[in-house]
Amino acid sequence: MELVNRTFRHWSLVPAVLLFAVLTLYPTVNLVRMSVSTIEFTQGGEAWSFTPLRNLALLRADEVVPPAVRNTLLFVVAAVTIEMALGLGLALLVAGVTRGKGLIRTVMILPILVPPVAIGSMWKLLYNYDFGVFNQALVALGLPPANWLGSTSLAMWSVVAVDVWHWVPFVFLILFAAVEALPVDVLEAARVDGATRPQLLRRVILPLLRPAIVVALLFRTILAFKVFDEVYLLTSGGPGTSTELITLHLYKVFFEQNQLGYGALLSLALIAAILAVLLVGGQGVRVARA
Amino acid sequence: MSEVAVDAVEVPRRAAAAFTPAHRGVLGAALLVLALAAVLGPFAWILTTSFKYQIAIYSGEWPFTPTLANYADVLFGRRSDFVANVTNSLVVASASTAIVLVVATLAAYSLHRFRWPRWVTGALLGWTLVFHMIPVMTLIGPWYVAFRALGLYDTRMALILTHVTINLPMTLWLMRAFFAEVPPEIEEAALVDGCRPLQAFRRVTLPLVVPGLIASGILAFIFSWNEFPIALSLTSRELATVPVAIARFAQQYETQHGQMAAASIIATLPAVLLMALGQRFIVRGLTLGAVK
Repeated sequence: MELVNRTFRHWSLVPAVLLFAVLTLYPTVNLVRMSVSTIEFTQGGEAWSFTPLRNLALLRADEVVPPAVRNTLLFVVAAVTIEMALGLGLALLVAGVTRGKGLIRTVMILPILVPPVAIGSMWKLLYNYDFGVFNQALVALGLPPANWLGSTSLAMWSVVAVDVWHWVPFVFLILFAAVEALPVDVLEAARVDGATRPQLLRRVILPLLRPAIVVALLFRTILAFKVFDEVYLLTSGGPGTSTELITLHLYKVFFEQNQLGYGALLSLALIAAILAVLLVGGQGVRVARA
Repeated sequence: MSEVAVDAVEVPRRAAAAFTPAHRGVLGAALLVLALAAVLGPFAWILTTSFKYQIAIYSGEWPFTPTLANYADVLFGRRSDFVANVTNSLVVASASTAIVLVVATLAAYSLHRFRWPRWVTGALLGWTLVFHMIPVMTLIGPWYVAFRALGLYDTRMALILTHVTINLPMTLWLMRAFFAEVPPEIEEAALVDGCRPLQAFRRVTLPLVVPGLIASGILAFIFSWNEFPIALSLTSRELATVPVAIARFAQQYETQHGQMAAASIIATLPAVLLMALGQRFIVRGLTLGAVK
């Protein structure tokens, strides 16, 4: 009995640990090894040479990295801010509706589950210069058509708009669950005490929602850093580097320039940056929950 | 916080009263309709585009003569491997979902039921969390090197293994949340009655977390079906999955808009189908996953 118990206990955790060790821990260690190497593929194998300084020099000489970092930060801040504002507004709005909540929730799940690649190709059609829905609308209004994805000033905002369309529903679902769970007696008491509607929102509802807001914010921020699929489809980073994001650049370094060593160095830098955000953000959650 | 969010699923209408008066007006309703239209509009536009001949797309004529030519071309056209792509996606998504469910359920049960030292639990859960936060692109380089060395580059096995890996954190955390809701007394009673531990798990506890298995299974399947960067980097033309095919399509035949729309719609179908079947479970999974 005790023996069976103990063996079950051990092997039940083994597959997960093994999988994680082989497919995440080992590659992470390998990433460090790759980051100080130059890897060249020869016939039948690969040649590794130890060249830590060369990779650092490549990083310093890489003119795409500064705009990619700037664009990524701009993308994350702009998209997440808009998504949080719209998601919160929508959650409060829907909470006041008496019928049709199920329908709204169903519709809102759709963008989250659709393949991001399909979202990219859909929006590429919507943004099409000649017959996309936006330019048709502009022309119908007597305005000149816009080059949504091809103009350096507009492309980033077109990409942000797609991300907003994709992820507002996610923020909505989290905040809506929290809004629906607000303690009714507290809201009731505030109203009986004569709180006006703006006061109720600012002094009672928003403070009560703060933990959920922080969680949604943290999740969205982290996911926004990971964005790749839609942007790859929509612009591939162009025109020029105006929508180049760090993940897109990483893909190009790895698989278009075949710089596996330098790509590994870039990956490590990105992981370090995200861990830093995570630590600061985690602190924020702890403060908000306390 | 976590209990609060779970409650919300069971007690949907509780707080509505506090909000109602503000939005009884036309404005609230109008804004809501606008929000729904904003979400559904793009789908509707693409759906109609997918049934149009190229000429109707350019002229924007309405009403238009509907056609299935785009779908036929995407699925069975001479230049299309779409049937093979769908097969690849189905195989990879099904296999990786089955494996991740087994692995994650066992691990979640193990962490929940057996008294592992704190550092074991902490290290495993912490690492899954960190891994989940890192852009997968950072690990594709080392995966590429490793799979080439093992002769697994450009095989379905490589995709299945990596998809299991990226879905493991979410599935593990979800199943852990569902196991946490099973009262330990139930299993203890079974053990007292002479069940062996494995039997107690299989016959008593596992049936109680079936909703969790459905939720995680649907989400894992969809995320594997949707996954793009890994499939793009670790497969060649023959083993391309649906997202990779769509991306290639969008780049090579940029002017075939009707076909692009049709391909997007086809790629969306599994998500819509699974959502229709398991909506309740999915909402629970998505919000649980985010809150816990």
